Amino acid sequence: MRKLMSYLSSYKFLIILIFFLIFIQSLSQLYLPTLMGDIVDNGVVTGDIPYIWKIGLLMLVVAAVGVIMSVIISHYASTVAMSVGRDMREDVFTHVSKFSLQEFDMIGTASLITRTTNDVTQIQQATIMMLRMFLMAPFMLIGGLIMALSKDAKLSLVILFAIPFIVLAIAFILKKGYPLFQGVQKRLDRLNMVFRENLTGIRVIRAFAKRDVEQKRLKVANTELTEISIKVNRLMAFTMPLMMFLMNATIVLIIWFGGLRIDSGNMQIGDLMAFIQYVMLTMMALMMASMMFVILPRATVSAHRIQEVLEMDRNIVTEGDMSADREKGTVEFKEVTFYYPGADEPALEDITFKAEAGNVTAIIGGTGAGKTTLINLIPRFFEATSGEVLINGVKNNDTKLTEIRSKIGLVPQKALLFSGSVLENIRFGKEDATEDEVKHAAKIAQAEDFIEQLPNGYGSEIEQGGANLSGGQKQRLSIARALVRKPDIYIFDDSFSALDYKTDKKLRQALKEETEESAVIVVAQRVSTIMDADKIIVLEKGKIAGIGTHEALLKENKVYQEIVKSQFGEEENV
Amino acid sequence: MTKEKHSSSGPRGHGGMLVAGEKPKNFKKTFRRLLAYLKPHKNSLLLVFGAAILGTVFSVIGPKVMGDTITVLFEGAYAKFQGIPGAAIDFPKIVQLLLLLAGLYIVASLFQFIQQYIMASVAQKTVYYLREDVFIKINDLPLSYFDRKSHGDILSRVTNDIDTIATTLQQSLTSFITSFVTIVGIIIMMLWISPLLTIIAVLSIPLSLYVIRPLLKRSQKHFGVQQRSLGELNGHIEEMYTAHEVVKAFSQEEKSVQQFKKVNEELYDSGRRAQFISGIIMPLMSFISNISYVLISIVGGILVIKRTILIGDIQAFITYTRQFSQPISQTANIANIIQSTIAAAERVFELLDENEEEPVHNAIQNRKTNGDVRFEHVDFGYGEERLMTDLNIHASPGQTVAIVGPTGAGKTTLVNLLMRFYELDGGRITIDGIDITKMNRDDLRMKFGMVLQDTWLFKGTIKENIAYGKEHATDEEIYAAAKAAHAHHFIKRLPEGYDTILNEEATNISQGQKQLLTIARAMLANSPIMILDEATSSVDTRTEIFIQEAMENLMKGRTSFVIAHRLSTILGADVILVMDKGAVIEQGTHQQLLELNGFYADLYRSQFTESA
Repeated sequence: MRKLMSYLSSYKFLIILIFFLIFIQSLSQLYLPTLMGDIVDNGVVTGDIPYIWKIGLLMLVVAAVGVIMSVIISHYASTVAMSVGRDMREDVFTHVSKFSLQEFDMIGTASLITRTTNDVTQIQQATIMMLRMFLMAPFMLIGGLIMALSKDAKLSLVILFAIPFIVLAIAFILKKGYPLFQGVQKRLDRLNMVFRENLTGIRVIRAFAKRDVEQKRLKVANTELTEISIKVNRLMAFTMPLMMFLMNATIVLIIWFGGLRIDSGNMQIGDLMAFIQYVMLTMMALMMASMMFVILPRATVSAHRIQEVLEMDRNIVTEGDMSADREKGTVEFKEVTFYYPGADEPALEDITFKAEAGNVTAIIGGTGAGKTTLINLIPRFFEATSGEVLINGVKNNDTKLTEIRSKIGLVPQKALLFSGSVLENIRFGKEDATEDEVKHAAKIAQAEDFIEQLPNGYGSEIEQGGANLSGGQKQRLSIARALVRKPDIYIFDDSFSALDYKTDKKLRQALKEETEESAVIVVAQRVSTIMDADKIIVLEKGKIAGIGTHEALLKENKVYQEIVKSQFGEEENV
Repeated sequence: MTKEKHSSSGPRGHGGMLVAGEKPKNFKKTFRRLLAYLKPHKNSLLLVFGAAILGTVFSVIGPKVMGDTITVLFEGAYAKFQGIPGAAIDFPKIVQLLLLLAGLYIVASLFQFIQQYIMASVAQKTVYYLREDVFIKINDLPLSYFDRKSHGDILSRVTNDIDTIATTLQQSLTSFITSFVTIVGIIIMMLWISPLLTIIAVLSIPLSLYVIRPLLKRSQKHFGVQQRSLGELNGHIEEMYTAHEVVKAFSQEEKSVQQFKKVNEELYDSGRRAQFISGIIMPLMSFISNISYVLISIVGGILVIKRTILIGDIQAFITYTRQFSQPISQTANIANIIQSTIAAAERVFELLDENEEEPVHNAIQNRKTNGDVRFEHVDFGYGEERLMTDLNIHASPGQTVAIVGPTGAGKTTLVNLLMRFYELDGGRITIDGIDITKMNRDDLRMKFGMVLQDTWLFKGTIKENIAYGKEHATDEEIYAAAKAAHAHHFIKRLPEGYDTILNEEATNISQGQKQLLTIARAMLANSPIMILDEATSSVDTRTEIFIQEAMENLMKGRTSFVIAHRLSTILGADVILVMDKGAVIEQGTHQQLLELNGFYADLYRSQFTESA
């Protein structure tokens, strides 16, 4: 909630204005009974009809002031609430945009998405309620008390006597209700999680004939949610009648004591009638305010989740401003060691190699050998713990991040596309690419044929996540996107896996001509795809187990021999 | 497809006030069906209705009694004021009236409590059963349903739609009743007190409706725009977050933030408008009620002077007009709430009405399986388009069938057919001579062990995840399976070992490790027929050696279908199925296929000859 406050504080003038307007609105609400009391005391009792008309008109004016205030309040309250939502959303998004890959992994992509979308909406909703209903309560309470005191200070003692009971009742319900509401939220999340697992795992569940087990899991989650929901709603069932009763009991007491005071001539009947209405207005406002705790638990959970994102310690990277073009088309690692934060053992240790222009450098190794980690150090997604990474002959922290990345064409393991046309997707790699450049890139990526077969060719829309394309098609577009930049350094992170062998081969041939002046770094699973690389780096447990050509490694490198053996079988090995 | 998903990001329920209106397709039918869910609670509901009516009646009488008390007070005081000798306030009468008033309020509160209390369990139990029906249904739906509908859509039916129904049952249903009774009761009380004042008060009803209707309509329009912008924005967020690696690599952060800002601003604008309009409805209502309040004060005052009405009745009347506006605004919105609730129910029922997997009658009992698998003249297509025509495959017990072909060639289609995830268009598939459609689906599927690329794991410990393959597996069996799958080693190194809890997306272990776990799971299941995917992109090289050994162990003595990526597997296979574009285009042994000199021969040469 602290975080929410800081967002609200940037609209403090508007909020002060809203406060002020609510104050006037509350006054007008409270002034009406006073005027009505006057009608009774000065008009009805004395039989003065013109007076009644006069005060009546005044009441209309007061009511009109009230409604005008309300409309203005609604305007500013929605402006503030939506602004808070907008700002918070923007901050979270901009902040997350700057996250490094590690930071993304720490919270998880799916969770980050709900935090930016659902959680912010939740808070926005709470802000509106707060500005509209919650703020009214203190004014009504204080205003009502002041009016009551000014009417008849002694009779106000009844209200002062009643208030502790009401506060106690609210406190009691809050104390009981708050954890319950939080519990509802938790169990709802749990039910949704189990259900989502049932959807994503449907094949596996059926394959293992686990229908009953899953049914039971769902049932447990469902029962748990139902139980706590019933509890919460029963508590709520208790709330309203209790509050109503307290209010009505207060009124009964007021009539009694008011009657006594009228009898002794200390009070007039109209004042008593006004008094009763003050009590009603004040207590209604209090009750409205107590409804906030229905919304608050949800909002607090959301606020907490957002805060976690915004307060995540980001590694600030140091940037220089050299341009990275000393030795074009090269990547060099000098004694690079890398630890994941908090890890005891390095993910990469003492890595030294150089990828030259016009050469293909392949990286191969087992699970957890550190291949992707190594790749991620090149565009500076990760920061080397020690040692140096040189891009185009320039140390990567002597230059800007954007400068480094503009030199690199990355084709990630997973072909991620964006909604938009094919053209836009390829141009993602180079915004100002001409149509010819785009077509050329598509041709080399072996994507030309299928693009032209699409209903609108290059203008065809790609659905979110590339849902309307096959895995191979997505991969080829992802390759074309990297090609269109004509980068100095190509990184292919196992990016041919979805291609059939024929396409794969054609693509490699076309690539060769395209990359004559660039360094090509390929992470591969299949030895067959990298056999003719100029340099093969064999990684094992974060260390380099060997560097060399296929033939050389095959002769003397044990790890490599094992890999080859596993993939080709003995007879192919000759 | 993804659009529906975002509706799940909106605020839940409808808080009783404003809902973006959606019209149900068949109101009557859905309404009846929803009522059927309430039927078991018929008695409770009657009790609730009774309590609601009684509670409201008692609370409606309250102000009148209070007014009478004031009148007694006033008359006594007035007489005193006029100096009539012996005049005094009739306190015994007041005590009597106040006790009656207190009694009325206690009873009213009690009934209100009873009503809410019972409704809590009625509402929650009703949605419990609704949810349970959906859960049961989900497990009976054919897989083709999940191809058609996005997860987001299905999820939203279970969360948002059912939540809307719950809110309506819990809050709106009883408030409709109380609103109605309150309005009727108040009008009766008013008429009793003064028909003239009643006319003034009641005039505010059409006036209120006249003001509210167009506002409701406008706010709904703006809420619609808001919902659309929100959907667009959420789509953008999802896309950018999912592909953050690419966005970074191509330095597109700035552009993505710019685009975000643009949509965010649109959302702000439409949201502000929608909120503004919905925010002024209540104040306008209370203004209208204030107008009648003022008029009643004036006219009432004059009437009192003319002695046609008692002063306390004015007090009562004012209280009534105050209590009038809330039930009216509630009833004004009834149509919307009912409509959106029925629309929500309709979406839930739509899911419940989907065709289920055909039940198997007179299923042939489960027997020991030898693993003789035949496809006989199989025709199949997912939709209109026929993918396989007259496909014949035979795998003898213990044989290995290798399936090769590019990704998207339809290799998983074969798996889908074997497991009877989909129904054939023609021909039949037999296991040991028995048509699989004659077997109980669970029995059939138990015959297969699966290791697919799609490594589904659930939130729970590693041990539980492996034990998924076999109920009541002992720890020893689990360890043995993990060892055979070469997973034991990495599990042991995890901080909590076998008790390590996998998180929701299982991001706390690597993709390769996940695959090892699914192999362990299949090991434990020990099924007579195996379906394996050798896909290499998740488990790689060094680990692959282990996995290959593990998979060879799995295949030993079992009929196996292998989506093959390794030459050794292909060469060792008894039958090779070559698939392309969803269909089996060639089949035979390695030698036969090479001699055929077709697709396979081409494939083989392009992939492996350089090394040979």
